[in-house]
Amino acid sequence: MGDAPLVLGIETSCDETGIGLVRGHTLLADTIASSVDEHARFGGVVPEVASRAHLEALTPTLERALERAGVKLSDVDAVAVTAGPGLAGALLVGVAAAKAYALGLGVPLYGVNHLAAHVAVDQLEHGPLPKPCVALLVSGGHSSLLLVTDVAREVISLGATVDDAAGEAFDKVARLLGLPFPGGPHIDRAAASGSGDAIAFPRGKYDDGTFDFSFSGLKTAVARWIEARQAAGEPVPVADVAASFQEAVVDVLTRKALQACARYGVKDLLIGGGVAANSRLRALARERCEAAGVRLRVPRPGLCTDNGAMVAALGAEMLAAGVPASTLDIPADSSLPVTTVKV
Amino acid sequence: MLVLAFDTATPAVTAAVHDGERVLAERTTVDARRHGELLVPTIEEVLRAAGVTLRDVTAIVSGRGPGPYTGLRVGLATAQALASATGAPAYGVCTLDAIAYAVAADGPFLVATDARRKEVFWGSYDAGGARLAGPAVDRPDALPGVLPVAGAGARMYAATIGPDRVIDPEYPSAGALAALAAELLAAGAELEPPLPIYLRRPDARVPGPPKRVTA
Ligand SMILES: [Zn+2]
Repeated sequence: MGDAPLVLGIETSCDETGIGLVRGHTLLADTIASSVDEHARFGGVVPEVASRAHLEALTPTLERALERAGVKLSDVDAVAVTAGPGLAGALLVGVAAAKAYALGLGVPLYGVNHLAAHVAVDQLEHGPLPKPCVALLVSGGHSSLLLVTDVAREVISLGATVDDAAGEAFDKVARLLGLPFPGGPHIDRAAASGSGDAIAFPRGKYDDGTFDFSFSGLKTAVARWIEARQAAGEPVPVADVAASFQEAVVDVLTRKALQACARYGVKDLLIGGGVAANSRLRALARERCEAAGVRLRVPRPGLCTDNGAMVAALGAEMLAAGVPASTLDIPADSSLPVTTVKV
Repeated sequence: MLVLAFDTATPAVTAAVHDGERVLAERTTVDARRHGELLVPTIEEVLRAAGVTLRDVTAIVSGRGPGPYTGLRVGLATAQALASATGAPAYGVCTLDAIAYAVAADGPFLVATDARRKEVFWGSYDAGGARLAGPAVDRPDALPGVLPVAGAGARMYAATIGPDRVIDPEYPSAGALAALAAELLAAGAELEPPLPIYLRRPDARVPGPPKRVTA
């Protein structure tokens, strides 16, 4: 792959400033500056804080990536950037910089969809994606079930959350249990010593025949359950609440993902996004995929969370597929639909 | 010397090329919602109109604001990335200073731009365009004295400050920004890095305990 074009990927859609350098399916560097610590005390990402951090971090993060990859910026053959969806002001920093790199280097620009990039990143670890495959993307910002026929050209949305994102539910329940932000890893850890069937929490849209998700009712049910315990003067069993909540979320996620595989006759399921790092989600998905004869692909945790490598991976895929480049007047689109793979 | 200058700290998206003696090309579009879309095409246009390429540019200058942050960052991110890509140094100049540079005044004056939330970003200048105070953010009725006021903030709040105090220009021009930067560079002055001037903290509240859901 030494001769494949060198693609620079830029990700600024939320609180991670990510820079990736990729040749074909080979990852050369993936550097990240995160403003997550600045958001923690606010219990969620503060858009203006994230945008400020992106502008401060972009150039140093790029320099670290170039150094790690052992390449010069002038070696870059194409620039890819997350054009959406995400926080408008945060996206805009990355898109403005990406256009300037493309202009300054005289190379093509690809303004790409963040969700498609979450799918494409797996190629850096597990090689070419089977066509088609089903992708379950779960994070603090998204919960989507996708049918991916060609990640460089066509992604079909099968369903998405109708209220909270899965990761958002983890954050909110963590807060109810007095655990820090972001909640995902803390719930996962607390749940390890609890029982997933200790409390029967509701599973939203479980049998509704759609591929949509709903986590808002679950979150309220957890809150109500905790309040009832407190009102009765009883201690809250944090491990059991965490495990039972987590079980309800991953049960619905994996159930619908496998239903989608069955419906479309697809034999490959990919899971991405920050919640893909959840140990129970990985275990239950493995179990259910095995039972259904579906192959499971989950990138390593560092590639599941937002990063620049995923953007570079998708850009490289588009370049290889001969997808026409974006123009230098593209907007950053905070609500870019997943069906628009490239802007 | 070939200076490429641009500013996105106000509703105007403006870019210009200056050769150390004069403005070779300048384009300005007023559209508060499309800084990100307009800036790079505008830069391409002024380079073409000036008959130069990016490789000829010896200094990149962006307005540092103060200005509404989302638009402001477009110019600064562009300046930083262009500098990395071309090797030309990037600098930042206070946007109010660029407006002041274009004011034709025979005495001291103020510059005020729209800071939203019923406030203005402002600074005060001597007759020669040197900043005496600011930049600061305040309500328009807190602007000092009776001096004339340039910038869009003067027009927006003409009723508050008095219509006869309003003077031109309304928006910064990259031509003036480039000329000011060229003058400073020629004089061997140390220009500031392309970083934003923020005069407010981000809006964010530390949440209280979770709200009860049981009645
Ligand atoms: Zn993401």
